[in-house]
Amino acid sequence: MTTRDESRQAVASPAATELVVGSSLWQDAWKRLRKNHVAVASGWVLVFLAAACIIGPSMVAATWGYDYETQDLAYGPRPPSWEHPFGTDFFGRDLLTRVLYGCRVSLSVGFLAAILAATIGTVYGAVSSYAGGMIDSVMMRVVDILYALPYMFLVIILVTIAGKSLLLVFTALGAVGWLLTARVVRGQVMSLKSQDFILAAQSLGTRPGGIVFRHLIPNALGPVIVTFTLTVPAMILQEAFLSFLGLGVQAPRPSLGALINDGAHQMLVFWWTLLFPGGVMALMLMALNFLGDGVRDALDPRMNH
Amino acid sequence: MRGYILRRLLELVPTMMVIVVASFALVRLAPGSPFASEKQISPQVRAALEAKYGFDKPLAEQFVRYLGRIMQGDLGPSTKYPQRSVNEIIADGFPVTLTLGAVALVWALLIGITAGIIGAVRQNTVWDHAAMAAALIGISIPSFVLGPVLVLVVSLRWHLLPPAGWGDWRHVILPGLTLGTIYAASIARLTRGGMLEVVRSDFIRTARAKGLPERLVIWRHMLKGGLLPVVSYLGPAIASILTGSIVVEKIFNIPGIGPYFVDAAFNRDYFLVMGIVLIDAALLLVMNLVVDVVYTLLDPRIEYS
Amino acid sequence: MPTIATDTVLDVRDLRTYFKLDDSIVKAVDGVSFSIRRGETLGIVGESGSGKSVACLSALGLVPRPPAFHPSGQVLYRGRNLLGLPERALQDLRGNRLAMIFQDPMTSLNPYLRVSRQLTEVLEVHKSATPSEARRAAIAMLERVGIPDAGRRIDNYPHQFSGGMRQRVMIAMALLCEPEVLFADEPTTALDVTIQAQILELIAELQESFGTAVVLITHDLGVVAGTTDRVAVMYAGRIVEEGPTSEVFASPTHPYTLGLLESLPRIDAGPAGALTAIPGLPPDLGHLPSGCPFHPRCSRVLDRCRDAYPPRIALSPTHSAACFDIEVAP
Repeated sequence: MTTRDESRQAVASPAATELVVGSSLWQDAWKRLRKNHVAVASGWVLVFLAAACIIGPSMVAATWGYDYETQDLAYGPRPPSWEHPFGTDFFGRDLLTRVLYGCRVSLSVGFLAAILAATIGTVYGAVSSYAGGMIDSVMMRVVDILYALPYMFLVIILVTIAGKSLLLVFTALGAVGWLLTARVVRGQVMSLKSQDFILAAQSLGTRPGGIVFRHLIPNALGPVIVTFTLTVPAMILQEAFLSFLGLGVQAPRPSLGALINDGAHQMLVFWWTLLFPGGVMALMLMALNFLGDGVRDALDPRMNH
Repeated sequence: MRGYILRRLLELVPTMMVIVVASFALVRLAPGSPFASEKQISPQVRAALEAKYGFDKPLAEQFVRYLGRIMQGDLGPSTKYPQRSVNEIIADGFPVTLTLGAVALVWALLIGITAGIIGAVRQNTVWDHAAMAAALIGISIPSFVLGPVLVLVVSLRWHLLPPAGWGDWRHVILPGLTLGTIYAASIARLTRGGMLEVVRSDFIRTARAKGLPERLVIWRHMLKGGLLPVVSYLGPAIASILTGSIVVEKIFNIPGIGPYFVDAAFNRDYFLVMGIVLIDAALLLVMNLVVDVVYTLLDPRIEYS
Repeated sequence: MPTIATDTVLDVRDLRTYFKLDDSIVKAVDGVSFSIRRGETLGIVGESGSGKSVACLSALGLVPRPPAFHPSGQVLYRGRNLLGLPERALQDLRGNRLAMIFQDPMTSLNPYLRVSRQLTEVLEVHKSATPSEARRAAIAMLERVGIPDAGRRIDNYPHQFSGGMRQRVMIAMALLCEPEVLFADEPTTALDVTIQAQILELIAELQESFGTAVVLITHDLGVVAGTTDRVAVMYAGRIVEEGPTSEVFASPTHPYTLGLLESLPRIDAGPAGALTAIPGLPPDLGHLPSGCPFHPRCSRVLDRCRDAYPPRIALSPTHSAACFDIEVAP
């Protein structure tokens, strides 16, 4: 534990828990997380969603024989039924499969983009802060300028330039989304780098690279994880925004945003085309948010007690 | 303080320069051309068009000419809408977008801060759980799901408000709600979190030990510190609202600049794209400055030399 | 049992403060009784976790309930039991008749408000003072506690003061309404040694002027020796020895008190003298040992000590200790 954590503990408990039984920060956090029923439930929901979208389409194909592009124009849009649990869309395509595929896109883009953003941001922020002085000023200047740019606009421009591949979408998102993490990490490292354990490492002759990667970054991970839990749903939303606007993943490959867009146009008559993709999207985001909340509370116990 | 503001305003200039260069590069480096789509045009007509807009000159020269234009406040012509200049288009659309954004922001602040205070002051009671659950749900429903649902229920079923368009105050409500709810949710959580941080602090214990009535403790001692995270959040929130308005404008058919932007990006309408990016960026930079100033007004420990 | 003098200001009887946690009950204060008279200074000494802070916070009703609760006990002020009073009534008394200052002036003052605001509000709330009256009184008090240029500095923010100055501001804030009792929870622990002495002197001097009774909570025996009239030694939520300071220091009786005094480094011990520490660790308040909580660490432990809590034995009309191993002179 760092001295910061110790003093945090001391401040938080006037008398009751003054004798601290040894247990690492991460173990404590995990225990607390497990006790949070809502977060645990959300975790399961996400696991279920992930599993569903990985094996789901194959199962559907095995049972009923369609995939996301099998059209049946004779059918047209049909309400939910035994053969089509989510109904069909305008072209007679099975909505369940399409929603599951859309989930795949959302979850993978969301996590990958967030991981990319977190990685870039963490290294950038730690290096900038530890370097200090002029380098820090310049690097943070860059962040400020990029921050001022309308994010969405940039992404739209990037996406229209680079074409509509999934890989490019998540690269564009991640490339623009690392800013917050960089700022957060920089702040953390700022307060960490003047602490004694860094001084000790320096006096032992540890090279700056070692200090950054082995001491500073691990201790700054808490806020990074917290920011990550915020970034994932944000990335998923951005991707959905893009596909809602007609950018991003292209038809006929489904994306939740595009499905919702279609559904919105027909919702009066064909309510299921909006309800199911919209509902799944909301469910996914809700689970992510609840889980993210739980992780944040677990890492910072002061908030609830 | 005045010196600080002046310095920040001056710094806007180089920042904007960087943005101009970056957006110019980004937009012009894209493959394709404004005249590539649509109708078949003969090469001579094409060449004539390009000469008219100056696209036949070398890039560096185009850039310089563009700079010159901007200095005089002229954002250029639109290639998609030859009868209108970018200035006109922006002058038409921007106030609409700003109104929408302002309504959304006010809604978000009112609801969010109130809910957050209730949650913090009545921590762990029914009120708290209800407020936070509502907040979590609010964050999880994307605007493009919320919007159509609201339209479905409020406009088409209950006939209370118009479903789309722009004209009088009634047209603002649903879009404002749609756009602002996500931010209301975030603000609620941030307010509650900030207040709880403050609640736990030693100086609140002191305030109580002084025998101050609870009302006073909340309003005078807790609020200032408690709202700080919200103020920090306002900067990115405003940026995000501007971005999010693109989608909401599309859903409700609102004549803001959002839809113009997407089309312009698609159609490589260079001047329009850059014009919008520049105005947006300028707005954001100014708003960020305002937010920073407000922050220092709230937290006297921060000193800007 | 000492008789209650007529100028007793606060009388704490068998105070118990327990905390209900998920899987256990922590007995932070387990039967504490003391009283304090007008103008007197009572020192409460103990290690971290002895319950000294919680006892005083409990007296003022400042311990959050839940998770805390008071299964028994009374805190009598002017005949009223503070533990049973509604919050409104307690608010009237706090800061007004009963005041408290805390350990860390850096975090105990509101960083977002000017010092003037934090001072005047006490007078405005409790004495219905007008803003100008309150401001005048506040400036006067700041001068009294030794803040130079008080008329201007009153409008500063806490972070613009040094540590020692901040503690003076806290003291000023606490004494503005001329309370009858001042609880000082480790007021000097966070300060430099040189400043410590100044602050203690200041408290003593103000106490004489206003006739305030002071309950001084500390872990530092040196602080106790110099400034208190009486001292109570706490261990694991109970008072194990109490009496006039000079008597307790001259003839410490309880093994814990002896241990504390012996563990003080002595300047005349010579280079070869090792530091004597009390063996063992303070107990976990959620799982106290049976009988006398000190028995696992006691060098004079008897069989009885494991079975029951020792009674308080009077060593003199004013000095008592709770131990089975005391021989009372006939």
